[in-house]
Amino acid sequence: MRCAVVRFPGSNCDQDCYRVLREACDTDYVWHKETSVAAYDLIVLPGGFSYGDYLRCGAIARFSPVMRSVIEEAGKGKLVLGICNGFQILCEARLLPGALIRNASLHFICRRVTVRVENMDTPFTNAGTTGALLELPIAHGEGNYFADEETLRSLDRHRQVLLRYADAAGRASAEANPNGSARNIAGVCNRRRNVFGLMPHPERASDPRLGSVDGKVIFESILQNG
Amino acid sequence: MADLTDEEFDRIRQILGREPNHTETGIFSVMWSEHCSYKNSRPELKKFPTEGPRVLVKAGEENAGVIDIGGGWAVAFKMESHNHPSAIEPFQGAATGVGGIIRDIFTMGARPVFSLNSLRFGPLSSAKNRRLFAGVVAGIAHYGNCIGIPTIGGEIYFDESYEGNPLVNVFCLGVLRHEEIARGAATGIGNPVFYVGSETGRDGLAGAAFASRELSEASRRDRPAVQVGDPFKEKLLLEACLELLESGCVAGIQDMGAAGLTCSTCETASRGGTGVEIDLARVPVRERGMTPYEIMLSESQERMLIIVKRGEEERVKSIFEKWDLPYADIGRVTGDGMMRVLNNGEVVSEIPARKLAEEAPVYHREAAPKAPPAPLENPPEADPQTVLPRLLSHPAIASKNWVYSQYDHTVRAGTIVAPGSDAAVFLIREADKIVAATTDCNALFCALDPRGGARLAVAEAARNLACAGATPLAVTDNLNFGNPYKPENFWQLREAVEGLAEGCRAFDVPVTGGNVSLYNESPAGAIDPTPTVGMVGLIEDERHITTQAFKQAGDVILLLGGEGSELGGSHYLKVIHGLKAGVPPRMDFVREKSVQAAALALIRSGFVKSAHDCSEGGLAVALAECCISGKKPLGAHVQLSEATPRVLFNESASRILLSVAGNSAAAALALLEWRGVPARRIGVVGGPRLVINEFSWEVAELYKEWYSAIGDLMSS
Repeated sequence: MRCAVVRFPGSNCDQDCYRVLREACDTDYVWHKETSVAAYDLIVLPGGFSYGDYLRCGAIARFSPVMRSVIEEAGKGKLVLGICNGFQILCEARLLPGALIRNASLHFICRRVTVRVENMDTPFTNAGTTGALLELPIAHGEGNYFADEETLRSLDRHRQVLLRYADAAGRASAEANPNGSARNIAGVCNRRRNVFGLMPHPERASDPRLGSVDGKVIFESILQNG
Repeated sequence: MADLTDEEFDRIRQILGREPNHTETGIFSVMWSEHCSYKNSRPELKKFPTEGPRVLVKAGEENAGVIDIGGGWAVAFKMESHNHPSAIEPFQGAATGVGGIIRDIFTMGARPVFSLNSLRFGPLSSAKNRRLFAGVVAGIAHYGNCIGIPTIGGEIYFDESYEGNPLVNVFCLGVLRHEEIARGAATGIGNPVFYVGSETGRDGLAGAAFASRELSEASRRDRPAVQVGDPFKEKLLLEACLELLESGCVAGIQDMGAAGLTCSTCETASRGGTGVEIDLARVPVRERGMTPYEIMLSESQERMLIIVKRGEEERVKSIFEKWDLPYADIGRVTGDGMMRVLNNGEVVSEIPARKLAEEAPVYHREAAPKAPPAPLENPPEADPQTVLPRLLSHPAIASKNWVYSQYDHTVRAGTIVAPGSDAAVFLIREADKIVAATTDCNALFCALDPRGGARLAVAEAARNLACAGATPLAVTDNLNFGNPYKPENFWQLREAVEGLAEGCRAFDVPVTGGNVSLYNESPAGAIDPTPTVGMVGLIEDERHITTQAFKQAGDVILLLGGEGSELGGSHYLKVIHGLKAGVPPRMDFVREKSVQAAALALIRSGFVKSAHDCSEGGLAVALAECCISGKKPLGAHVQLSEATPRVLFNESASRILLSVAGNSAAAALALLEWRGVPARRIGVVGGPRLVINEFSWEVAELYKEWYSAIGDLMSS
């Protein structure tokens, strides 16, 4: 399996993603001015502040030259993973439904949260178990998932919500929701299940020295498919 | 405009052999400000130990010191203040402080990997101080989060003396290979001089001079002296500069921080023993009609000066273009030692670079000793039952989660010990090395006895590192004081510097650089002397990493260094009784080092489950912190000789609380006895309450008080 980590100006989790992926497979950085990612099986849009998050998170990166090819490859069924700012870019590019707006607290939030795996029947989660709880770090100012009622119902109907913020007992309660996301949504995939975006950072929870390896489930799932 | 004295003006006439023009006067006034020249503090700074087998770049040589960490790897680190800008415009003041220190680090060729900060404000009971505090935290978060460098620790205090003059000291550390050390020297006569980064605007004009004056009501008018930061631009600049340095095209590199283009040109020329000639008409500017004076003195952020090896211009340009950065070829290195500034080919300023950069006047200020503090004969009493929760919810002691949850402290996937323990611990993945870092200064002690307080600050920093499992490597310091022309302030500076120097010698750690911030005064008077110590240590083995929280019921609690008895300068006196009085604790370095060495030895032999030093609030607060700073609050049963305020809340130094497994307590105590370190088993971890003799508290309650105190104040 060949993986691409796309670097936008302002990406800052590119090195973290690259290090985790390189341990398991052939991984390259791809500069955003490149025009093709056709050579890769997995395309990762890492976290950060692409274009400084000026204007709106992900709104400018979505027009980077590389995005045309990302959209094309996603259409062909290639796996696309967007983490944090990458998730925001995927929403701006309409590869995923909904939008990420300012946290309800209006503060940037960096802490560890618990998320519940909602659907293990996807290439991004099939090494896990539905209902399993993962401890993952979040670090964002705009992670409040928003979509209209109809979209939210459709996401549930098609089991596109892959991760939900939950408490230690696994309940998707209001107290467990760090940022005000609709229905505690922490990550969603497209209908075809080959594009996945999530706000938590699995790449920061893939080394036992950092206190959690729960993020590995995501990477292991992807690599199993390769 | 110019803050030059008549005497300084005469000296300038002598250097130039003529009257300086308007632009030249401006150039001298910023270069000879305290901020750039250290003219009032330089004789004092010479007292620091700066040598050591691990020192690769010494203090004062370059933008930051560089220390060997083994395996061909090194770290560059430094602390710098942005106090005055933050007092006037907290968000941008703090943000650009972070930007500035990060530039200092990557200018050395190092990749910045984490930041710390040491902050001080007036009491949160005032709306103005809450606004300053919230603004500074938001500014640090804005800059650090965007650029992707985790903010992993530091310290925050609140005290009346910082009313109107908050302190914002920011620390950054970067990693590099020994052979990657970059120099800020203009070498190679004929080499082109490139400007890269943001366009120059009218912001931050003469900020260095502004920072070298007292704050007053009129300081509001100096708001144009505060710069505006663009972390996105700096991220591009950081990546482009590291790529550029790796390309081998660079002869010298220097950031434009204080005094902007002026400082970077004359300093690189001075270090290179050369001259530099630039033409301002080629400098990218933000607006039309800027005068040479404005361009030379602008402190617009996110700009670098690069001395390019001749013939490599095209490669350099292609890297700037890749990162979409504005750049210009603005001049060249010359052999005549002059900093020559042209405007459209016409000379507007011509000054010998070395004399400007290195030969600023040096002043030996008058010092007026303050009488030593009087011992407190009968310290007032109070009921420990209510004192402990009050101390834990005082903002200086309470949990700082309201702050660090706003900082991205997990980016770069290296934060092993997050903010909130004795020291932050970080895995530098590039080098596969684990470092610990801390900033410390108890200014209450320094206010009463600047020398003693400074000695205690060094000892506490080393103790925090020991508790994390680390051996100290080196120190950076940030000296925050009042106006040095007032003899009592200068005396404080001198005492504190000598105290720091004594501490660094005792622990055998060199000072690798830092910053001096004087004129920290508001109309109410000078701040408490605050010589902040930033200390970095190395952890040899990941199994040695230790945190302060109790881990398991049944573990035995050991107290190293005795119960202590010194209440002078304690938070008990200040918070509970409103007294800043008494004699601060003694610092016996021999005893301190033996306690630290013993704790480290136990950590390395695998005995230790948790380690925490006793500092602000004394033994009772330290015990409570061990109970409530972990994943889940854990109680403890503790028996002391007596549970008086003196025993519970004194802040005697050289004390560490350890917890060890029940079955290894005897062996640990035997080892401590053999090492001659006073140590005693004082209790056992477990249960829902912290019990100390006849007093007891529900740990869940203490947790709530401690955890939510700052958040509650900020939403009030």
